[in-house]
Amino acid sequence: MLEFLAAHKPGHVEWLLLSATLFAIGLYGVLTRRNAVGILISVELMLNSAALNFVVFNRFVAPAACDGQITAIFVIAVAAAEVVVGMAIFVALFRHRGTIDVNRMNTMKD
Amino acid sequence: MPDLPLALQFAWLIPALPFAAFIAVGLGVSPLSKRAAGLVATLAVAAAALCAWLVAWEYYGLYPPDAAHPAIVVWSFEWLPYDAGLSASAGVLLDPIAVLLLVVVTTVSALIHVYSIGYMGGDPGYGRFFTYMNLFTFSMLGLVVAPNIIQMYVCWELVGLSSFLLIGFYYSKPEAVAAAKKAFIVTRFADLGFLIGILLLGFHGHASFAELAPAIAPEAAAQGVANLQAFDFHYLTHPEVLARLQAASVPFLGLSLLTLAMVLVFMGAAGKSAMFPLHIWLPDAMEGPTPVSALIHAATMVVAGVYLVARLMPAFAASGDALAVVMGVGVFTSLFAAVIAVTQDDIKRILAFSTLSQIGYMMLALGVCSPAHPLGYTAGMFHLATHAFFKALLFLCAGAVIHAVHSNNIWDMGGLARKMPITHAAFLAATLAIAGVWPFAGFFSKDEILLAAFSSGHTAVFAAALLVAGLTAFYMFRLYFVTFWGGHRGPHAAHAREAPAVMWVPLAALAAVSAVAGFVPIGSFVSWGEAHEVPHCIDLRIAIPATAIALLGFALAWRLYARDGAGAARAAAALGILYRTIKRKFYVDEAYLAVTKGFIFPYIARPIAWFDRHAVDGGVDLAGWITRTTGRLCRRLQTGQVQTYGVWFVGGILFVLLLLWAALA
Repeated sequence: MLEFLAAHKPGHVEWLLLSATLFAIGLYGVLTRRNAVGILISVELMLNSAALNFVVFNRFVAPAACDGQITAIFVIAVAAAEVVVGMAIFVALFRHRGTIDVNRMNTMKD
Repeated sequence: MPDLPLALQFAWLIPALPFAAFIAVGLGVSPLSKRAAGLVATLAVAAAALCAWLVAWEYYGLYPPDAAHPAIVVWSFEWLPYDAGLSASAGVLLDPIAVLLLVVVTTVSALIHVYSIGYMGGDPGYGRFFTYMNLFTFSMLGLVVAPNIIQMYVCWELVGLSSFLLIGFYYSKPEAVAAAKKAFIVTRFADLGFLIGILLLGFHGHASFAELAPAIAPEAAAQGVANLQAFDFHYLTHPEVLARLQAASVPFLGLSLLTLAMVLVFMGAAGKSAMFPLHIWLPDAMEGPTPVSALIHAATMVVAGVYLVARLMPAFAASGDALAVVMGVGVFTSLFAAVIAVTQDDIKRILAFSTLSQIGYMMLALGVCSPAHPLGYTAGMFHLATHAFFKALLFLCAGAVIHAVHSNNIWDMGGLARKMPITHAAFLAATLAIAGVWPFAGFFSKDEILLAAFSSGHTAVFAAALLVAGLTAFYMFRLYFVTFWGGHRGPHAAHAREAPAVMWVPLAALAAVSAVAGFVPIGSFVSWGEAHEVPHCIDLRIAIPATAIALLGFALAWRLYARDGAGAARAAAALGILYRTIKRKFYVDEAYLAVTKGFIFPYIARPIAWFDRHAVDGGVDLAGWITRTTGRLCRRLQTGQVQTYGVWFVGGILFVLLLLWAALA
């Protein structure tokens, strides 16, 4: 097993495929989830796929530099802040309306 | 035209002043202050009257009496450019009849405006009334000064519109609304003929324009027509053009083109002047306020037809047959309406039929006119002017009487001579004038018409006109005796009071004019064709029989109506069915109703209404339905959900990527 893994080290293509898959799963969640928290989690997935991209390109394109890694950390920090704000909004919404189903957030329609 | 006196250069102010007042009163003054609305409107018309007198003074200063009086265009601008070399101008044309009408219309209008301040006081539509009156005055003056037939037609329709608005002034009264619609539809129907006539004249006149215009243009330019057009009266009444039009024939009853066009034009004139058989709207038009009846339906608008015939006199005379039509219609209407007037009971309707009769008189005066005997032209215009004054006076007196007794029926009046002395005196003056008693104005103008008919050899017309003179004296004195003499019959007649000064002062002014206007030597001022001798003295061959028959009418009225009218009732009973037929106005209205209800409504109006409701409205509804359905379908896309839009957005990106991939691969 370990030999197999050592022999088949994942290259940039595999990493990028992983990142694209994460992104697609996140996008699907954003577009289909009814629950706002679910949407927020899906957004996190998409952000993480982007962060992964930075790290992968850092590793395979310019291994000597560390710009990509710094950016990835930066993305994680921003995502954490965003979750805090988002969750605060959802809590307020839930207190106010008793639901966080996005299909029912339609008071501006008509 | 260079070197015109200042008053003539500014003659455009005469129609412009009432127009400015119409805009100002309608939009600005009337919502702010009703009192000011009446004052502004009256002052504007009075100022226009002043200008008109100045213009008359200057015109006759430029072209002294007894000399030739050319038609000059003192001011004009290009108004409707249709095409290269084909346009209609708007402007001011002055010739004796235009000047005469300017003076008459503005003077009568100003006096009636003053009277209306009193008569309409307290009416909720006071401001609206003066707005419409100003609109009317403007339109009528625009019609009078029109230098071409297009401006005339436009103003012609504008006076029709103001007449409609003013007849229907009391729009909450169903009879008034019905009368307004009747007047509008009948005159519009007649105007259709007028319009076709104009188109015929314009089309065929324009066809030979390039050939004839170079010869006519310098002559017209000398009279102020800068850019001669086929619609200008200077072109349309030129002998060469008329000869050309007379020579052209149309495949219709073998008429010449000119005759057909002029008969059609006369149809419009007959509609506006309420000549038989288009007279039915005028008696009903009395539903409007009395000053309106006085101004529009007695003194000015209804004589527009006479004015039109006079304006196109050379064309009518060149046709000959068309002029015979004018004469025939005039004679018949004057006799027909005078007979009806004898039997009516509504004071304003009697006066309306009298108006019909007198306008018929003017038409017959124009009808007997010919280049060899042009006296009829002078006589017709003279009678138009004097009639405007004394008939306006009669209507204003009738208004004062109606105000006092709250009824239009003459049998509710009676004994008003002592209660309303000034109105009585004014009414008597007007009655004497219309009956043709020396020295009142009607005597002179009526005698001139009789003389014109007699001297031009139309003996039958002369006899009919003489008969009408007798009938006029009879029905007017009948009206006078029943209204002002005898005992008080109606509930309000006993405590009737004299009208206030603002109402009786115009009455007195009009009475004074009616008394003396006959002494104007009109023949020196208004004449047609070459300068000719117009008798200034009274022709005794005419004056004696005319006065005799007027006295006969007076004596008969005295005998039947001066005391109680019982003799009249016996006479009516003796006449039986004849009396009833006349009383119902010869059943003309009923005949119209039978035709409209029996034929036009079921076979023409209803299919058209069906087509309109189903085909035209259906088409409109279909367009609406398509829009609504498309909207409903598209609306589904707009869910308001960000996620839905996100799906579209992602789908769009994928699609673009696919395209890029396909393009690069």
